[in-house]
Amino acid sequence: MFAPGFFSSGSVHTALLLGTIVAIVSGLMGVFVLLRNQSFGGHALTDVATTGGAGAAYLSVAPLVGFVTGAVIGAGAIESLSRDRSQRRDVATGIVLGAATGLSGLFLYLTATTSSATGVTQQVLFGSLFSVSSSTVPVAAVTALIVTVTMALVARPLLLSSLSPDLARARGLRTSWLGLLFLLLVAVAVGLCAISIGSLLATALLIGPAATAMRRSRTITGAIVMAMSVGLAATWVGIVLAYDSFTWRATGQGLPVSFFVVAIILAFYALSHVPLSRSRRV
Amino acid sequence: MIHAWEVGTIVAIVAGLVGFFVVLRSSAFPAHAIPNGAFAGAAGASLIGASPLVGLGLFAALGALSIAWLGRRTRSDIATALVLIGMLALGAAFLSQSTAYEPQVFALLFGEILGVSSTQLIPIALLGTAASITLLALYRPLLLGSVAPELARAKGVAIRRLDLVFLLIVAAVTTMTVPVVGTLLMFALMIAPPAAARSLTNRPAIALTLSSLIALVVMWGAIASAYQMNWPVGFFVGAYGALSYGLARLWRRATRN
Repeated sequence: MFAPGFFSSGSVHTALLLGTIVAIVSGLMGVFVLLRNQSFGGHALTDVATTGGAGAAYLSVAPLVGFVTGAVIGAGAIESLSRDRSQRRDVATGIVLGAATGLSGLFLYLTATTSSATGVTQQVLFGSLFSVSSSTVPVAAVTALIVTVTMALVARPLLLSSLSPDLARARGLRTSWLGLLFLLLVAVAVGLCAISIGSLLATALLIGPAATAMRRSRTITGAIVMAMSVGLAATWVGIVLAYDSFTWRATGQGLPVSFFVVAIILAFYALSHVPLSRSRRV
Repeated sequence: MIHAWEVGTIVAIVAGLVGFFVVLRSSAFPAHAIPNGAFAGAAGASLIGASPLVGLGLFAALGALSIAWLGRRTRSDIATALVLIGMLALGAAFLSQSTAYEPQVFALLFGEILGVSSTQLIPIALLGTAASITLLALYRPLLLGSVAPELARAKGVAIRRLDLVFLLIVAAVTTMTVPVVGTLLMFALMIAPPAAARSLTNRPAIALTLSSLIALVVMWGAIASAYQMNWPVGFFVGAYGALSYGLARLWRRATRN
């Protein structure tokens, strides 16, 4: 199971630490994203994060900074375009998504033509958890902590405004500001996901574990804990398998971590459809 | 270059038509997920030496079917997200095994006007015609099913089958669009021009025509700019698309007051 050198490899340690942080934050945010019916918005932020990541690669800035900045700007743009009531939210999201994707194409192209670095496109889009620098871990940990604490503070009003926006407004909550704050927090979480499994697949960690948990859990807290557990299991096992996969073939060509993580998440989701017993079938 | 122009023209007209219904039906997410995930098919095809167009078509159709199938068992946005990540993960796995050069991967994702060959022209034209005819044949039930699903059901329209056919049309359009604008930017062409058109008029038939026209202008402008500046065509598609939408919103605001 564990290929030689797994426990002594520094890059594996970094991957495990970062993967743990990311799985916890994305499990928390994912449940709220699904409660608020914002899967498309959450996914769109991953694509805007790509633009930031590509821009960071072009300017040689740390990728995490790029991913998070990109996603935060995208969240602001989506939210401000959605303010216009005559236009539906998914169209506003789509416009931002389309423009941002075009821009990431440009950044990746410029990076590939002006620098000698190879594999930028793959690295930004699909991530490579094993090549993340260990200095990213403390930054990611602090970022994750800020997101979690802020969520803990706004959890109750946010929950109310997600489940019953009219009641929340009647109680004097500023729902549109809450919505913006939430989307910004999702943006930061997405930036963290992007650094671990790549920006294209960040959606997997955000939506997959939460979708599984919400099929099985009856309470919000239960769903959050379960989403975190699924995310953690998928990330840890994914890292082990990906490291292991380098020894599977004689050529030494391994499979990416992101592939295994997503495969495990989807397996969990499929399992959640299996009825536990006839009586508990919903 | 001249092939890119021809293919681009077909692609823009069809994307404008389909996009109108994408916006009307609030299907932005599946319309984004199908081309995005279908990229895995092209990556897989290049791995086994098959034509990327076949791989794209296969994965796009598979994605459409999976979204429709899973959408009956869970919320449709979750179904779409899960199908998307599944296909993308396969794409990541295929890429890691392939020896494709970065420019090839890049062209697949963001488009490449100089890579369009004359052999691609005929299948693309056929797919485009088939998609447009199906769409126009279904114009009335699609319109009704999008605007008033309850009424459509009462009139005996099979909503689920209609949804499936629509997703398959999106899959067909994906397959034909990708060689020019790339899997990631295909979506921009399907969303911005129709959204702009709908800001300009409330009448469906005019909006449909306008949507194709705007898509055409965006596409031609993008190809010309990409040729001039040697930047990826996908960037211009995204930028001009957003620009057309912005201008349409300004126009609407100006004419209202």
